[in-house]
Amino acid sequence: MNRHDTPQAPGATDPGSGPARARAAAGTRPIKGGVSKDMQHDSAIKHVTGRATYCDDIAEPAGTLHAYLGLSTRAHARIMELDFSAVQRAAGVVGVLTAADIPGVNDVSPTGRNDEPVLAEQKVEFWGQPVFAVVAETRDAARRAARLARITYEDLPHVLEPDVARAQGGPYVTPPLTLKRGTAETELLKAPHRLKGEMRVGGQDHLYLEGHIAFALPGEDDDVTVHSSTQHPTEAQHMVAHVLGVPSNAVTVNVRRMGGGFGGKETQMNLFCAVAAVAAKKWHRPVKIRPDRDDDMSATGKRHDFVIDYEVGFDDAGVICAVKADFTARCGFSSDLSGPVTDRALFHADNAYYYPNVLLNSHPMKTNTVSNTAFRGFGGPQGVMAAERIIEEIAYALGRDTFDIRKANFYGTETRNVTPYHQTVEDNIAPRIVSELEQNADYQSRRQAVLDWNAKGGVIRRGIALTPVKFGISFTATWYNQAGALLHIYTDGSIQLNHGGTEMGQGLNTKVAQVVAEELQVDIDRIKITRTTTEKVPNTSATAASSGSDLNGMAAQDAALQIKERLTDFAAEQWQTDRSNIRFIANAVQIDEETVPFADFIRQAYMARVHLSAAGFYKTPKIHWDRATGKGRPFYYYAYGAACSEVSVDTLTGEYRVERTDILHDVGRSLNPVIDKGQIEGAFVQGMGWLTTEELWWDAQGQLRTHAPSTYKIPLASDRPRIFNVALVRWSENRENTIKRSKAVGEPPFMLGISVFEALSHAVASVAEYQTCPRLDAPATPERVLMAIERLRRG
Amino acid sequence: MTSRSEIRFVLNGQDITLDQVAADETLLDFLRIDRRLTGTKEGCAEGDCGACTVLVGRLQAGALHYEPVNACIRLLASVDACHVVTIEHLSGPGGQLHPVQQAMVDHHASQCGFCTPGIVMSLYALWMENPAPLEIEIETALQGNLCRCTGYEPILRAAQAASDLGSPTGDALNRERNHMTGRLKALCDGRRVDVRKGTSRAILPASVDDLAEVLLAHPEATIVAGATDVGLWVTKFLQEISPVVFLNHLEGLRRIEVGPDGIKIGAGVSYTDSRAVLTAGYPHLAAFWDRIAGWQIRAMGTVGGNLANGSPIGDTPPVLIALGASLTLRKGADRRRLPVEDFFIDYGKQDLAPGEFLESIHVPQSKKGTRHAAYKISKRRDEDISAVCAAFNLTVEDGTITAARIAFGGMAATPKRAAHAEAALIGQPWDEATLMQAAACLDDDFSPLTDWRASAAYRLQVSKNLFRRFWLEQQGTGQPVRLSA
Repeated sequence: MNRHDTPQAPGATDPGSGPARARAAAGTRPIKGGVSKDMQHDSAIKHVTGRATYCDDIAEPAGTLHAYLGLSTRAHARIMELDFSAVQRAAGVVGVLTAADIPGVNDVSPTGRNDEPVLAEQKVEFWGQPVFAVVAETRDAARRAARLARITYEDLPHVLEPDVARAQGGPYVTPPLTLKRGTAETELLKAPHRLKGEMRVGGQDHLYLEGHIAFALPGEDDDVTVHSSTQHPTEAQHMVAHVLGVPSNAVTVNVRRMGGGFGGKETQMNLFCAVAAVAAKKWHRPVKIRPDRDDDMSATGKRHDFVIDYEVGFDDAGVICAVKADFTARCGFSSDLSGPVTDRALFHADNAYYYPNVLLNSHPMKTNTVSNTAFRGFGGPQGVMAAERIIEEIAYALGRDTFDIRKANFYGTETRNVTPYHQTVEDNIAPRIVSELEQNADYQSRRQAVLDWNAKGGVIRRGIALTPVKFGISFTATWYNQAGALLHIYTDGSIQLNHGGTEMGQGLNTKVAQVVAEELQVDIDRIKITRTTTEKVPNTSATAASSGSDLNGMAAQDAALQIKERLTDFAAEQWQTDRSNIRFIANAVQIDEETVPFADFIRQAYMARVHLSAAGFYKTPKIHWDRATGKGRPFYYYAYGAACSEVSVDTLTGEYRVERTDILHDVGRSLNPVIDKGQIEGAFVQGMGWLTTEELWWDAQGQLRTHAPSTYKIPLASDRPRIFNVALVRWSENRENTIKRSKAVGEPPFMLGISVFEALSHAVASVAEYQTCPRLDAPATPERVLMAIERLRRG
Repeated sequence: MTSRSEIRFVLNGQDITLDQVAADETLLDFLRIDRRLTGTKEGCAEGDCGACTVLVGRLQAGALHYEPVNACIRLLASVDACHVVTIEHLSGPGGQLHPVQQAMVDHHASQCGFCTPGIVMSLYALWMENPAPLEIEIETALQGNLCRCTGYEPILRAAQAASDLGSPTGDALNRERNHMTGRLKALCDGRRVDVRKGTSRAILPASVDDLAEVLLAHPEATIVAGATDVGLWVTKFLQEISPVVFLNHLEGLRRIEVGPDGIKIGAGVSYTDSRAVLTAGYPHLAAFWDRIAGWQIRAMGTVGGNLANGSPIGDTPPVLIALGASLTLRKGADRRRLPVEDFFIDYGKQDLAPGEFLESIHVPQSKKGTRHAAYKISKRRDEDISAVCAAFNLTVEDGTITAARIAFGGMAATPKRAAHAEAALIGQPWDEATLMQAAACLDDDFSPLTDWRASAAYRLQVSKNLFRRFWLEQQGTGQPVRLSA
């Protein structure tokens, strides 16, 4: 018998177990790694041993070149002259790339607005904008040479602050949005109480531990393969094709894993992929580009800063009658994703509260700063901050606990359940979650203890706050709500799984593999999760908007079910039995009374010429959104949660610390509780960082001066709450037909960090006997906390 | 004695000899690029994120001592005669996970995994020293490691669980300690090391006298003790630092002597190694010392370097000024001694002649009747550069303030005494009103800058408020007047 005619001897290479053990185990114990199980991250062992391969760890072929960007040192200026003579002469330099070297279109605007050059032409519009790239034999040589360029600028006036841009009548980078329901302006006038204010909410750098990186390998014809650390390989593929002026079929983008993304690698990696690809094609050599941390933070976008002007009318009970608010965002020099980000700020300006009359406007302002982009929550957190400030204002104005005002304004179930965008809230479980957390965290008695402590008038004051989160799940760009997967079963019974999502630490690959393990009833060890590549699943969406497992889990399930269907057909025919007598049991298929180990069964199916590969597909049902009218159902469902945080504040210095946080968060029926818990804890701490110590600071010339961990301070281990209780809402299941009735988890818990901000505000308010809303801006650095205290002390 | 023109060290289990080493080559680039040991990551290249943490074992007074180090700013030539241990060396020969690694897996303590090797190395260093750490000890050990995914909680649980999975006594580094000590001793030949690559040159003098000689011959040389500042000149500013003179081999600069006059600390003593002796005499420095950078930087960086680099925002100068410390500068065989505050002339300018170097720091004994405090105010509590650093040293006799030394960092172009405030205290009664009057004098003492760490207004306000904190703290009312660690 020829080796090529037939598969190997039965069971010879059954993965994960020998043939005898496989038979013994078949059907006798539950599978390892089905859904709703605590499964470790599939790369956990590789992480702790340093054997997980990130883009910069890929072995470089001989002849690999390195590119390094040259960034502008002006916020807004005409480029008068570019002199690269010293660069060209520098040791190891192969050449310089400028806009003139781009064979296709010099643009990486993800929304097709053609406003984001890869390399600046004629003018620069922010400090840190890429102007050129040096390509050299080593990264060190490229980096050193990049500093030798002489660029002559003619300065133009620049604007950094969004409210200044708006006051000057500056342009929008993308069309604004209005959400309107009822008659807010007239109801404000009629309301028993009315107040208004302004809040500034700072941006946030992603500070993924692995920075931006792309590694391009030229192929024959127009081909190029790019390894990168991107959340959106399909978009990177399209952008590289666009910039090279070649069809998308010539470009392959691969992502094994990212060292963190958080939205910062959704569109921002396109630039690096494009530069590496252009250089690789130009010099016919592999080219890697990796900026240092300062350049990474200066040249790539961040969470949008907002100035929020709000006006609220309310009654004596603190129930809101009308809200009017303007959200003015620092978008930076180009649109990037500022349209959907500022839209989502409006979508979440209600948080969990019903506004009977509402008028919300976004103002996506062009500023001479880096183009802001996606970041976990995608504008939503800034919207929620506005809602929580409005609640605070009402509470202080009426002398009530902020928590009472929150409860008084929750969405209802049958009435008071329509959002500012006219979607009906059908699954409102916020009141139940909040009420359970109120009990679990012992909120009422702890609040009393805080008040009693503060009444002693000491230096150290305490504050406590319990805040809810309601977060809409789905891309508001409806077409993004689709996904594909590719599943192969090999003749030895091993399974290779690929889907369009990318792994950035969130455990997506593990969850999707659990879905496949469950459907096929095989141990998860049998499933190999491969890198994400545009070669296997085309036209994917970004792994963003918390959608990763919702979309890709469903697509993978679809693929598994297709193969399962064919296998069932095969078994029915082969064993001459009814389909109902065929059951996939743990690592085996039971046909009538016979139990066939999975690998044996697959081998027989192959011999019978069953197609053992399937492409799965999924699109989210029910959603629609008409941006022009501001009406629709942009979200398939909502995820909910609540957090209660208690802080101590030093009223002499503004220093603080989080004493305790209790979280109750809704992930529906969890696919993997321990991974979901990790997402919640991490998101909370990241959200807390955004609102406390993480401060972006530009100087008057427009240079970002907090551009590395030495100056930009994300939370450390010692910043996490001293007592940190995190629980999932065990009774929740998604009322919509999502993958195994789970809910998305990436973004919603980010906003639980707002409880820390509100608790700080509470502690600050104590120095003026809670008579005044402290109007603390974010981030509440020790400086802002102390200055708010000093303001209140002065009256 | 002839000098040696190669560096020699042990990398994991392997002897390494390099005869071509540039002064500015980093240990991290050597590991990742030359050796393809890619488990060690570059996150920031400035010693702040800890993704590049490795252990470096060195002989101190004949004993082998391992400490966590930021490979990104540790300059390669300085690991001569050391044992460098990377994440690749942790698992057993059969690939079995180390207890720290297993605990990290068991507790789901990695998400994206990029910070993880560095965190494992820091926790490994902790576990070797302290296998059953308290929560605060883990937090202190992790001050130099950032994680952006997990929120740290599972990492803390893993750190607590590691000792259940194995004891340090059986650990490979401990089992092989005697053997490795012998290997490193064999590398210490007592010769000056003088290694070059092209025109770049790195010198490791053999003794303090040799250092004095080298600097006379090369007054333009960059002196590098811990590289926690110079490392950034290299990684961030691509500054030419050659020729470099590394102090790493100088046992004579690593000495601490306690005598009747006080404490003499060699200029090469790290923050970590100076902690015990300083806090014995001055207990108020314990909490302060633990807020200087993170563990890796405290293990690498030196008090001498913190002074010699002249930064206005270093943590130790205000403290040393307030304590009345002085320093010894040496050029050739000539030595001079001056008060610490006189060393700082202006921004970027110190009283240091070409060829001269800081040899030792002298901290007087604590006197009866003195009242001390040292405060650091920063945006983030740990591993941050101070917005304001304040140190108080008041002598109170019979209810009257008879002497006052109050120094601030972050308030001027140099670390500086608050002369007006001090004058307002001396001869006055020790009471709150006196202190508040002195605080008001800060407007005359300082015109601080506004920058990304703090505004001028905050710097002044918080500095004044620290006088109140000092007063309240000295009263010992039992009411907390600041947040505990």
